Amino acid sequence: MNWFRQLFTRNRIYSDLSEEIEQHLTEKVEALIASGMSRPQAEQAARREFGNVARVNERGREIWMWPRLEGIFADVNFAIRKLRKSPGFSVTAILTLALGIGANVVVFSVLNGLILRPLDVPQPENLFQVVHGNGKTRWTSQSYRDYLDYRDRDASFSGLMAYQIQRVGLSVGKSNTRSWGYAASGNYFDVLGLKPVLGRFFHSTDEHGPASAPFIVLSYDFWHRQFNGSTDVLGQTIQLNQHPFTVIGVSPESFHGTDDFLWPDYWFPLLNATQVTGNDDLSWRDHYAFDVMGRLKPGVTPHQATDSLNALATQMAKEDRKDDGLSATVIQAGPNGKTENPMKKALLGIMLLALLILLAACANLASIFAARAADRSGELAIRMAIGSSRWHILRQLLTEAVLISIAGGVVGTFFAWLLLRALSHWQPFNDFPTHFLISPDYRVYVAAMALSIVSGLLFGLLPARQIWNTDVLQTIKTGTLQSETFRGFALRDILLVVQIAVCTLLVTASLVAARGMKRTLQVPLGFQPHNVTLAQTDLRMAGYTGEQSVPLLKRMIDAASTIPGVTAAGADSLPFKEGGGWFVYRWGTTEFLPSHMAFGAATYLISPGYLQTAGTRLMAGRDFTWHDDKSTPGVAIINETFAHKLFGNESAIGQRFMLWADAKYEVVGVVEDGKYGLLVEDPQPAMFFPVTQGPGGHLPTRAVVIVRSQRPQDQITAELRKAVTGVEPNVPYTIAPWNDAIDRSMIPARAATVVLSIMGMLAAMLAVTGIFGMASYSVSKRMKEQGIRIALGAQHLQVMHSTLGRPAVLLLIGSVVGLLLGIFTSSLMSHLVAYATPRDPVILAGVLLTMLFLGLLATVIPARRTLAIDPAQLLRE
Amino acid sequence: MMVLQSLLRQPMHGYALVQHIKQRSNELLQVEEGSLYPALQRLLKEGQVKAEWEISPSNRRVRTYRITHAGKKHLEREISSFERMLEGITLVLSPSES
Repeated sequence: MNWFRQLFTRNRIYSDLSEEIEQHLTEKVEALIASGMSRPQAEQAARREFGNVARVNERGREIWMWPRLEGIFADVNFAIRKLRKSPGFSVTAILTLALGIGANVVVFSVLNGLILRPLDVPQPENLFQVVHGNGKTRWTSQSYRDYLDYRDRDASFSGLMAYQIQRVGLSVGKSNTRSWGYAASGNYFDVLGLKPVLGRFFHSTDEHGPASAPFIVLSYDFWHRQFNGSTDVLGQTIQLNQHPFTVIGVSPESFHGTDDFLWPDYWFPLLNATQVTGNDDLSWRDHYAFDVMGRLKPGVTPHQATDSLNALATQMAKEDRKDDGLSATVIQAGPNGKTENPMKKALLGIMLLALLILLAACANLASIFAARAADRSGELAIRMAIGSSRWHILRQLLTEAVLISIAGGVVGTFFAWLLLRALSHWQPFNDFPTHFLISPDYRVYVAAMALSIVSGLLFGLLPARQIWNTDVLQTIKTGTLQSETFRGFALRDILLVVQIAVCTLLVTASLVAARGMKRTLQVPLGFQPHNVTLAQTDLRMAGYTGEQSVPLLKRMIDAASTIPGVTAAGADSLPFKEGGGWFVYRWGTTEFLPSHMAFGAATYLISPGYLQTAGTRLMAGRDFTWHDDKSTPGVAIINETFAHKLFGNESAIGQRFMLWADAKYEVVGVVEDGKYGLLVEDPQPAMFFPVTQGPGGHLPTRAVVIVRSQRPQDQITAELRKAVTGVEPNVPYTIAPWNDAIDRSMIPARAATVVLSIMGMLAAMLAVTGIFGMASYSVSKRMKEQGIRIALGAQHLQVMHSTLGRPAVLLLIGSVVGLLLGIFTSSLMSHLVAYATPRDPVILAGVLLTMLFLGLLATVIPARRTLAIDPAQLLRE
Repeated sequence: MMVLQSLLRQPMHGYALVQHIKQRSNELLQVEEGSLYPALQRLLKEGQVKAEWEISPSNRRVRTYRITHAGKKHLEREISSFERMLEGITLVLSPSES
């Protein structure tokens, strides 16, 4: 603790030293007087022989200091004083950087939260998912039979579990909700390596055949929401679709399931899923309903596991032809594992643009700093002249830069944090428990600080070269620092071009996004969602079977039809809402293997009148009637893509196709193509069956009543609710306009457009301030010269040309460079938005006009100052 | 080294130390008197000398430096290494005997 004591005794040490030196001088003087000198002579001689008193004092003190550290403290102190003296400059610089860093923190957090984040399980790096297929065509789900073979016959995994997402009616006591959970294999929690916070989990030892384990594990959130975190919950009974399950445990707070964004409320053994849902998801080898994840044994690589599973899959295909063509790939589980993630590409693209903004901000600051260094050149030259080393001055300026960058980083991160906190509470899907974990974690803060300091050094070092090469004598004489040049271009010019190019690129990107967005909104949907309201439910929640549900649906449609001013119809699911599909086989197929199918088609079960209510045009044939039921042959309505794919150019009406041996259909109608899941999807085949026939006679329990009306939304919502609950009050209904679902599917594209527009505006602001700064600097520097020129008879235009010519040329160069960059990166932009490219002449013109406008905006004030020059007054000054 | 050697003979204050070194070196070492003080501060910090305010025989308040145990140790080491260096230099500089 010696150094610690020094800290407090240091003042004494210093005063002792000074006193000692004084004593020395007195003694010397006295000795010299004794030897015969006069007092003034003696004093002079004593000082001469002693040397520089102040210097000796300082060097004596330095011994007690940590010179480097204290030097930096002094630098920081001085820098703070200096920055406080020019608050305008400091605030501008800090805000500029805060914008750049804030934008990066936001984008990086989103990237981190959506893509880089591993799952919240112990050792997430060793959790792998077995996906279906190889190469480009992959999908995540596996059949239960295949899963069992993978689990029991392959040696790569120490544990392999399966789960599926289920949405079922959940009743606790009297309350009834539609809630999301997992049906999971018995080893689910053991493979993940989790410990319950309360009670126990279910294990493979609980599995004794179908419906043998009526246990349910609750999520921590659900436990708190529904049971206020009470420990009495253990042993209570919860009804899933009217089937009793016993609560045995609660999962840890940090665990939110194994999907990217959906947080399940509960887990129950998948052996009990058939009992709950009425669907047999377990028996069919070609029914892909489960996600499969597991832990690799130590020393086994994902690549080896993939090879091993594929060898097994080939073997399985020999044993059962339903597995023909089966293949598997082992990938890292969680958002960070999916390499072919289009969102990842989009976000990486946006991240790149955000970094460009930061670059532009740095360029902006570098030019401000260079200008400031030039203005301070007198001060700096004097400091050098009286013995300050270049390194000292450099360190001082760098300290200022880093100080500003850290302040900017803190401010930017703070605002980013506010924004992100709001974003992570955002739940775009009101009936879907998604969570975006994008609030910044330590990785984000570390990245933000690193970015700040790097950018500080970046914009601090550029003007530093200028100082390094300063000729002190010259500078003191002329009062200005020679500015750095590169082939006739000043450093500042290059920085401005960089800013303008980045700005042009971002303006291009945001215009492309906006135009793509507009085009997307004009895409024909194949139905008219405007003025259509939906009431959705699943009648299984009240214990009904499909056979019982369809008459109920008919009664609901009839009840809704009596509402004045509406047309009503029904369906089991709709485009942009929940929906499924079936494999389509050509007429005459005998072996229904995946490798024999024609294609998969989106499938909707609809009531008579649906096409009219939904606004879907019937191109040929007829609509269904209530007489198309199980007693009559199967009929189908298909869309044009389906017709073309299966029947070529022949008329589709009267043609036939199959889904499986017992599901044969005759085409009675053809409807226009449409969009079914995404606004930007390619034309998809789709087919419609009468709700009274179902696919292969399986009638649906899911029910949607759709009504079209011109009346106000709130009236329709209320009356529709009254109509449907009048028929069946014991199930929950979701009532919402159809447009909501479509808007939701637009969220990614909208978000991209908004983000790009904001970034475009930030970049535009930076460019405007950059050009403005440059133009006004050159105007004020050459004020006198211009005054003389005007006095000598120069015209306004000539004066403008000489002062604003350079910024204008730079603006032009920057815009062209930025535009070329935009065109070269158009493939990148196509990941962000569909239907648009920067090669579009409208966009090119838009970008050029925008840049021209920005240029005008930035130069109008300096230009007016030039024109307002009064030579007489100027020369007098 | 010179400072420590001088202090080994007797404790002294700064001015006396300067005079002593000047005398001993027969005025050969022309150093600024002030440069002694940073050196003394370094020795103080390293604990090789200690200082106390005393009243000198000439009735002055002076700061007298004494060599410490650590200082003596250090001096011995320094002298022996200096002697070795000197020996080396002498050997190199002396006319070759072979």
